[in-house]
Amino acid sequence: MARAVSQRRKILFTVAAWSVGVLIFFPILWTILTSFKTEAQAIADPPIFLGFDWTLENYSAVLERSNYGRFLWNSIIIAGGSTLLGILVAVPAAWSMAFVPSKRTKDILLWMLSTKMLPAVGVLYPIYLLCIHLGVLDSKIALVFILMLINLPIIVWMLYTYFKEIPSEILEAARMDGATLKEELLYVLTPMAIPGIASTILLNVILAWNEAFWTLNLTAAKAAPLTAFIASYSSPEGLFYAKLSAASTMAIAPILILGWFSQKQLVSGLTFGAVK
Amino acid sequence: MATHHSRSAARLMMAPAVVLLLGWMLVPLTMTLYFSFKKYLPLRGGDLGWVGFDNYVRFVSSSAFWPSVLTTLTIVGGVLVITVVFGVLLAILLNQPMWGQGFVRILVIAPFFVMPTVSALVWKNMFMDPNYGLLAHLWEFFGAQPVEWLSQASLQSIVMIVSWQWLPFATLILLTAIQSLDSEQLEAAEMDGAPALMRFAFITLPHLGRAIAVVLLIQTIFLLSIFAEIFVTTGGAFGTKTLTYLIFQRVLESQNVGLGSAGGVYAIILANIVAIFLMRIVGKNLDK
Repeated sequence: MARAVSQRRKILFTVAAWSVGVLIFFPILWTILTSFKTEAQAIADPPIFLGFDWTLENYSAVLERSNYGRFLWNSIIIAGGSTLLGILVAVPAAWSMAFVPSKRTKDILLWMLSTKMLPAVGVLYPIYLLCIHLGVLDSKIALVFILMLINLPIIVWMLYTYFKEIPSEILEAARMDGATLKEELLYVLTPMAIPGIASTILLNVILAWNEAFWTLNLTAAKAAPLTAFIASYSSPEGLFYAKLSAASTMAIAPILILGWFSQKQLVSGLTFGAVK
Repeated sequence: MATHHSRSAARLMMAPAVVLLLGWMLVPLTMTLYFSFKKYLPLRGGDLGWVGFDNYVRFVSSSAFWPSVLTTLTIVGGVLVITVVFGVLLAILLNQPMWGQGFVRILVIAPFFVMPTVSALVWKNMFMDPNYGLLAHLWEFFGAQPVEWLSQASLQSIVMIVSWQWLPFATLILLTAIQSLDSEQLEAAEMDGAPALMRFAFITLPHLGRAIAVVLLIQTIFLLSIFAEIFVTTGGAFGTKTLTYLIFQRVLESQNVGLGSAGGVYAIILANIVAIFLMRIVGKNLDK
């Protein structure tokens, strides 16, 4: 009897959860579907859900006409470059805070977090001006640095949280066995730290890929990444739903896939370890 | 067993990150403060000298200021209420026994990974367009007059778009928190005959308190500076000009740097008030 009831409850919850899930995902699904329609079918009344002539013409049109490759390349360089640079700076810092903590470690961590709270618009003009003076307005290098800096607190925090979980007994044991500092770093700590570093990289690539304040304000024709490319569709002449959908699908697909892998790390990463 | 030697090595390893962040904070901040006390119009005469607190007074007394504060509060408040209420409900739903839980999670979390310009444009064109949008078709299907969402109900539309983006974040964090709830406690309460609503109000909700606080604070920080969603939908028209957008327009569109910088200082102060509360919660967690 109890089994039958819980089975019925399970069916009920499954139906409810799937309905809500599909509803929330629907705008993305609709975008993907529209990207395979012709422009006429994309604005058909009543709307066509699945019974349309599937076509790839929008993808080839976007790829041919709009230099999509260059925007994609800019996104890859900016997201990848800022993340790698951030990791290079953050690993030693997080490492030393986790393994050689001092009285000030907590204050430094909280101070780093506080720099993340600085509203971008409050420093928009100074950064804009500095970019002009350094001749790096509309350049990838400027965005690599800026996105590295805005995400650095998150990178340090995530790495610190991971490194903290490496038990120090293991280090002591290695030292007792006569491991030198170099051996300790290379053979004991690094293998244990790699999963943490990998998920930090993943989350930060996502954040940098989607960043849409600095990328919109500091780029024009040369260094614009996909965020700015998509924004250019907001002009009236860009009202081609099927092509907009194809461009959008290509811009979000890689990050959707990366994101689904990183959903666990997302929680501790974005709450600075306050929720695990 | 930190020796003196390893301490100085640790300091050296920390130095690049600390120096970079210090520079990132201090240099632009000092410049913003400096400009905020000047009449500075790069395209119309450049630096026209010191003006004291003039910019601060003028920014607050301009006719656009209070509406922008109200707009900001409406958007932030609206999104927070929607994401937390539905986030709690969704987290509870997703925590129930069901088939394909992992897959539903993937569907629900997806909007968070969509870049802001894409979600804003997809909603604007394919859903909220009064002629071709899906919502217009839906309205017509029920015999209603299609709504011109982004001009007639502009604020509600923005709140909806941004809520769609942030609901996954709230849900995911609250779900993580719910999963750490001791289920024995709930079962004991159920055996004692406590109805579901009471169990929710006296066990689940208090347990979620801290996670909700974290969601509220982190989202507030991000929501105070939403930009792309307004930039590509209304461009600040139809009463959707937030404080962030107003400052952006002053600084880059009308190139009144002094005035915009004073606005920037206000935005920084506002963000810091929220930040203090967030830091307390995070700081407490560090001691554990």
